[in-house]
Amino acid sequence: MGMTITEKILADHAGLAETAAGELINARLDLVLANDITGPPSVKEFKKIGLDKVFDKDKVVLIPDHFSPAKDIPSAQQLLEIREFSREQDLTHYYEIGRTGIEHCFLPEQGIVVPGDVVIGADSHTCTYGALGAFSTGVGSTDLAVGMAMGENWFRVPPTIKIVLKGKPKNPWISGKDYILAVIGKIGVDGAQYKTLEFTGEAIDSLSMDGRLTMCNMAVEAGAKNGIIAPDDKTIAYVRERAKRPWKIFKSDADARYENIVEIDVTNLDPQVAFPHLPSNTKSVNQSAHVKIDQAVIGSCTNGRWEDLAVAAQILKGKKVHRDVRAIILPGTQEIYVRAVKEGLAEIFVDAGAVVSTPTCGPCLGGYMGILAKGERCISTTNRNFVGRMGHPESEVYLASPAVAAASAILGRIGSPEEVA
Amino acid sequence: MSELSVLKGKVWRVGHDIDTDVIIPARYLNRSDGEFLASHCLEDLIPEILNKVKPGDILVAGKNFGCGSSREHAPVALKYAGFSCVIAESYARIFYRNAINIGLPIIVAPEASRLVGEGDLLEVNPVTGIVKDLTQNNTYQGDTFPPFMLEILKNGGLISYVSKKVKQN
Repeated sequence: MGMTITEKILADHAGLAETAAGELINARLDLVLANDITGPPSVKEFKKIGLDKVFDKDKVVLIPDHFSPAKDIPSAQQLLEIREFSREQDLTHYYEIGRTGIEHCFLPEQGIVVPGDVVIGADSHTCTYGALGAFSTGVGSTDLAVGMAMGENWFRVPPTIKIVLKGKPKNPWISGKDYILAVIGKIGVDGAQYKTLEFTGEAIDSLSMDGRLTMCNMAVEAGAKNGIIAPDDKTIAYVRERAKRPWKIFKSDADARYENIVEIDVTNLDPQVAFPHLPSNTKSVNQSAHVKIDQAVIGSCTNGRWEDLAVAAQILKGKKVHRDVRAIILPGTQEIYVRAVKEGLAEIFVDAGAVVSTPTCGPCLGGYMGILAKGERCISTTNRNFVGRMGHPESEVYLASPAVAAASAILGRIGSPEEVA
Repeated sequence: MSELSVLKGKVWRVGHDIDTDVIIPARYLNRSDGEFLASHCLEDLIPEILNKVKPGDILVAGKNFGCGSSREHAPVALKYAGFSCVIAESYARIFYRNAINIGLPIIVAPEASRLVGEGDLLEVNPVTGIVKDLTQNNTYQGDTFPPFMLEILKNGGLISYVSKKVKQN
């Protein structure tokens, strides 16, 4: 019997010839990641274990991105804690703002994570790196502390749901975000609980790396342990110019075991909008035109990459943000930010009346840089629309692609790019 | 190693898909101490929780409890708010791991999750998975933990479990 890509990567890191769904294994870790929110408790727990040094200073990564630049004194204190620990441990991959970005945009971009890796991160969206053909999953701070100390952790090998996206979308604005919202809408927020979502099909083959990263990023919103896409020529081209380490390509066998296969024909897919208060509460953009908005956010670990900003700029160029709307654009990394400045995107955004922030997770999780008041509505390219996610418990978040968010910013209500063309 | 005791407390019910943003909103994640987090635990569902929940009380939820963010602050907030355990139909996986890792027993017991009433007095045995509703005089069988997870719980969490192993080596 064959194995899936996830089973192969896990078996490889557990020193096993093969493994199968349901088995408990101990796997070697290639990368262990935390941020300024989950890092401080991880450091505190690490210090209780009784070891002086982390298992490998090249493989423990701390990224100041959530409440950074510091939003208040307690946040500054948390940032200081990870900064001091990084210096004390002489961590290779610690960077100050102005040289880093949102962790899940930054690590793939800089080739710090590569295909075939096993990665744990104290951030649920660590599953993003599956787009490179790596096994990566979110954990809490205590698991992370043990990972930092031991360089290994236990996993139950997850069963895999194979998602086959068939067809070629007729609508030119369809993106990876629309695909993943459609998947979550179909299987539900716990449809892949404890499982792997393996994305395949011709729509995935023709999807960009940025789009694939968006899809794997939101696998956790269906409860998945990891999302994964087998590496192809696009992956290798992306990795070749960035990788800081050798990589290893794994692919699923033709006779691999799948718990379930879900086929979705994307030929006639409309841009998707997830209504409050679950990412699975999806509707077509055409069913959403009645929703007036107060704010539009374009950015985050889900949609803060170059392609996301480029499509937003294409739509906003020469247009104005609606007078009742605040548009906030957050490039995912410093490299994207610099490129947006040099290639004129930043100018398009500010001319349109949008705000361009430095990279931060800020508004996505209701931290800062765009918090919602009672009753306000936001269209957002982020990943969660839970109650109170971006501010007041009675505010509302609608999730969509950068194209829909940019068009909505101009319209003052949710709408499609065709309406502002 | 301490044995896991039988837990007894009053039921507080919440619904399906309770996410970690509801358990502890991110606006409070600029701090990570348990007492502070507990003071804001579930505040949009159970305001002023610390004045209401008595130490030992039991949170009963529906499916997919703890979905969303990986923040360990969520089970920490529940533990410091006084909950001795959580019973649910199912859990999101990161929350599940986190709760075990910090030594908060959480039980998968779909039938109990559906049938116990708000305010009922429960007796929960984390080792056998048996949930007794003393108010309604019903007994439910929940899932049991795999042996190594039980060891983690008996040690009060993953860190003391691992540090013992480190010292042995």
